[in-house]
Amino acid sequence: MSQHVPAPAPVVPVDEPAIRVSDAPQASWAKSRERLAWLMVLPSVLIVALVAFYPLVQSFRLSFTNARLASSRAVENIGLNNYRFLWESDTFRTAFGNTVRFTIISVSIELLLGVIVALIINSQFPARGLVRAAILIPWAIPTVVSSRLWAYMLNDNYGVINDLLVYQLPKTVSWIPFIGDNLAGIFPDEKIAFLARPNLALPSAIAVDVWKTTPFMALLILAGLQIIPGDVYEAAVVDGANKWKQFWQITLPLLKPAILVALIFRTLDAFRVFDVIYVMFGYKVETLTLSIFTQQTLVDGDRLGRASASSVIIFLCIGVFVLIYTRLIRVEET
Amino acid sequence: MPRHQKPTANGLVREYLSGRIGRRELIGKATALGLLAPVMMVLGGSRSTVFAQDEGTPIPDPDAGSTIVIPDGLRTDLSGAQIAIMGSSSSDPNTPFFQNAVAKFTEATGIEVNYILGENQTDARLQQMRQQFAAQASDIDVYQIDVIWPGVVAEHAVPVQDAMGDAIDGFFPGLVDTNTVDGNLIGIPWFTDAGLLYYRTDLLDKYGLEPPTTWSELESSAQAIMEGENAENPDFTGFVWQGRAYEGLTCNGLEWQVSQGGGTIIDTDGNVTVNNEQAIAAMSRAASWVNGISPEGVTTYTEPETFNVWVAGNAAFSRNWPYQYAGSQESEFIAGNVGISPLPKGDGPEDVSAATLGGWSMFVSRYSENQEAAIELAKYLASPEMQKALAVERSMLPTIESVYDDPDVEAANEFIPRLKPVFEAAVGRPSAQTGDIYPEISTVYYQQLNQVVSGSKSAEDAASSMENEMTAILEGD
Repeated sequence: MSQHVPAPAPVVPVDEPAIRVSDAPQASWAKSRERLAWLMVLPSVLIVALVAFYPLVQSFRLSFTNARLASSRAVENIGLNNYRFLWESDTFRTAFGNTVRFTIISVSIELLLGVIVALIINSQFPARGLVRAAILIPWAIPTVVSSRLWAYMLNDNYGVINDLLVYQLPKTVSWIPFIGDNLAGIFPDEKIAFLARPNLALPSAIAVDVWKTTPFMALLILAGLQIIPGDVYEAAVVDGANKWKQFWQITLPLLKPAILVALIFRTLDAFRVFDVIYVMFGYKVETLTLSIFTQQTLVDGDRLGRASASSVIIFLCIGVFVLIYTRLIRVEET
Repeated sequence: MPRHQKPTANGLVREYLSGRIGRRELIGKATALGLLAPVMMVLGGSRSTVFAQDEGTPIPDPDAGSTIVIPDGLRTDLSGAQIAIMGSSSSDPNTPFFQNAVAKFTEATGIEVNYILGENQTDARLQQMRQQFAAQASDIDVYQIDVIWPGVVAEHAVPVQDAMGDAIDGFFPGLVDTNTVDGNLIGIPWFTDAGLLYYRTDLLDKYGLEPPTTWSELESSAQAIMEGENAENPDFTGFVWQGRAYEGLTCNGLEWQVSQGGGTIIDTDGNVTVNNEQAIAAMSRAASWVNGISPEGVTTYTEPETFNVWVAGNAAFSRNWPYQYAGSQESEFIAGNVGISPLPKGDGPEDVSAATLGGWSMFVSRYSENQEAAIELAKYLASPEMQKALAVERSMLPTIESVYDDPDVEAANEFIPRLKPVFEAAVGRPSAQTGDIYPEISTVYYQQLNQVVSGSKSAEDAASSMENEMTAILEGD
C-alpha cells in the first residue's frame, strides 16, 4: 500500500512509522470494510461449505475406500481400485455411453422444439395465456407419475399407443377417399414392444424426456424472447429485412444468452437422469445411465466407496460441460 | 371375485372384458372413480390384461384368512405394545390375507400392529430394508426376508433360536440351516417356494398334447397351441416367464441352466462356473423363445405381468411360483383349467428338472424397541397353524414337514403334497457361497442375461462378461 502514497516532501525526514500513521485511518477503514464484507457473506459461505463442499470432499474421500452402506465391515483405503473396477466394467461403460447419448440427443431435440414453441407462444393470438399455462402441464406432472403413465401407454400388450397404431388409426384413415387404403398401409401390422426391443428402449426414454422437458426449455427461451426490444424489429422492417432474415440476424443472436442458460440447466439435468428411465426400465442395461448405475451400486450392492467413485466421475463430466458452456458465454460477452 | 367388493379399476375392467358391462358404462364408471389412465389402456377393447404393477390400496376382503386358527400359548402380557411389520406389496394377491392375519393377532394378544406395504420386487424390498438398517431405524420391527438374504442382513437381526426353542425341530432342516448365520437363527422359515410350470389343461386336451417334460416338448406344444389360438385371439402367446432385469430373471436363468447341465453360476467352492457351453446353450435357447413362443415384451415382465397374461387366458404355459395357483383358480378365464408340473428339463439323458429355491422368513430387527412383541408376531406368522391356512387359502408351500400331510391341504391344493419332492430338491441360488455380496453377483447375472433374451448381446459374449465381472467382484472383496 505504501507505494501508492505520494512521495513525502523532502523537508520532512523519511519516516516509515510516520507514513503508516498518516495511512492508518484509511487502511483500518478498508480493513474493517473488508471484515464486514466477510462477515456478511459468512453465512452463505458456511452453508455452501456445509451442503456442497463437505459432501463433495466426502465423496472424493470415500471413493478411495471400500466403505459400505449398512455393514459393520472395516473400512480400508484401497487407492484407485474403485476407479479401476469401473474402468473394466462393461456395464459401467455401457451406462456411460447411454448417458452421453441420452444427454446429447434429448437436449438437442428439446432445444429445437423449445425455440419453436417459444416463438409460437410469444406471438399474438387469442387465449394466449391459456395456451402458455397448458403447455407447462407435462413439466408440472411429477416425473414418476408421467413415466409410469408412458410405460402403460407404450406397453406392447395393452398400451394405448400400440392400439392406436395397429387398430384405431388405420381404421380412421381408411375412410378417407382415394388414398385411405394406402395411408392405412403405412401403419404397423403388429404391436411394437417399445419397452422391450433394445433399439427402441433408449429412443422411447428420450421421447418421454422430450415430452416432459420441452415446456421448461420453451419457458426459459420465452423469457429471453420477451426482453428483446420491439424497436429493433421496427428498424429492421424499415431497412427491408424479411421475417426470415429478422429471425437469423436479430432474434437468434439476441437469444443466445438465454439459450446458453437453458442449455446449461438441461444438460446438467439430462446427464444426471434417473427417474424417467428407472421407472420405465428398471436396471435394463440398454437404458442404464450413470445415475441408475450409481444408485444400484450404492443401494443394491451396498458399495458406498464404489458408488462414490461413480459419483465423482459424474461430477467431473458435468464439470467439463460447465467449462465448455461458461467458455461459450465468455466468448459471447467479449 | 367376491360380490361385496368395492368398485375398483381392476374389477371394472374384468367386468368389461367378460362382457358384463359395455364400453360406455366402463368409461363412465371409471371416470367416476377418477381413473382415466386405465380407461386409456382399454380403449382398444381387445381382450388384454391390465395393471402390470401396483395400483394403490389393496382391496379389503373380509373372507381372506378365514381358515386361520389362532395358535395356543400366544402371549397376552404384552398387550398395548405397538409394532410395525413391512409386508407384501399392494399388487400382491396375498396382501388381504396377511392384513387379516395381523388383525387376528392384535385381537388375540392386544399388541397393535401397523402393516406397512413393502416394495413388490424383491431387490427393491432389500433396498428399502437397507436404508432402514443404515439409519438403525426402529420404525419397523418385523421384516420378511428372502431366502437369499440371510448373509446380507444377519448383522441387523435379533437371534430367535431361544425364542423358538424346540418348535424349530419341525421345520425343514435345510431351510433352518439357510437361516442360520454364525450359529444364530436369524429368520423363522415362513413359506418356501420353487419355480413351477403352469399349463392349461383345456388347451392341452384340445390339441391332444401331454404336459411337457422337456424344453423341446414345451417349445413344440407352445407353438402348436399358439398357432391354433391366434386365429381367434391375436394376443395369445405360448409361454410366459420373468425376463425383466431383476432378481426374478436370475431364478429363471438358474432353472434353464441347471436343467440343461449348465451348473449353478458359482459352484459350492466359490468358483465362477457360468461361462460353460451348456449354460450358453441354455441362454441362447431362452433368447430364441422371445418373439416366438413368448411375447417380445416378456423381457420386461416380473411376476405380476406374467400372472396378468396368464390369468387373462392369453398364454398356454407360464413359469411361476406356487402362490399364483390360488390366484389362477380365482380367474374367470382359466379357473378349473390350471395344471401344475415340474419345469421341463434338457434333452440330454442326464438332464433333470430344476426348480429355483425361493421362500421367505420372518425376521426381527435388532433396532426394534419392542423386540418381545416383534418376536411374538414373527412366531405367530410362521406357526404351523398359519402355514396350514396359507397352504389351504393361498397355495403357499409350508416350511414345516407335517403340514404337507394335512388332509385339508391336500383337499385344497392337491399339488402341494404331490410335488413335495420337487420342493425339497429345489436348487439354491449361490447366496450361501457369496454371503453379503450375493446381490452384486445376481445383478451381473440378470443384467447380462436380460441383454441376451432382449437380443442385444450374444450368449457367448454375455457369459464371458458374467465371468469377468463376477470374478472381479469376488476378488475385490
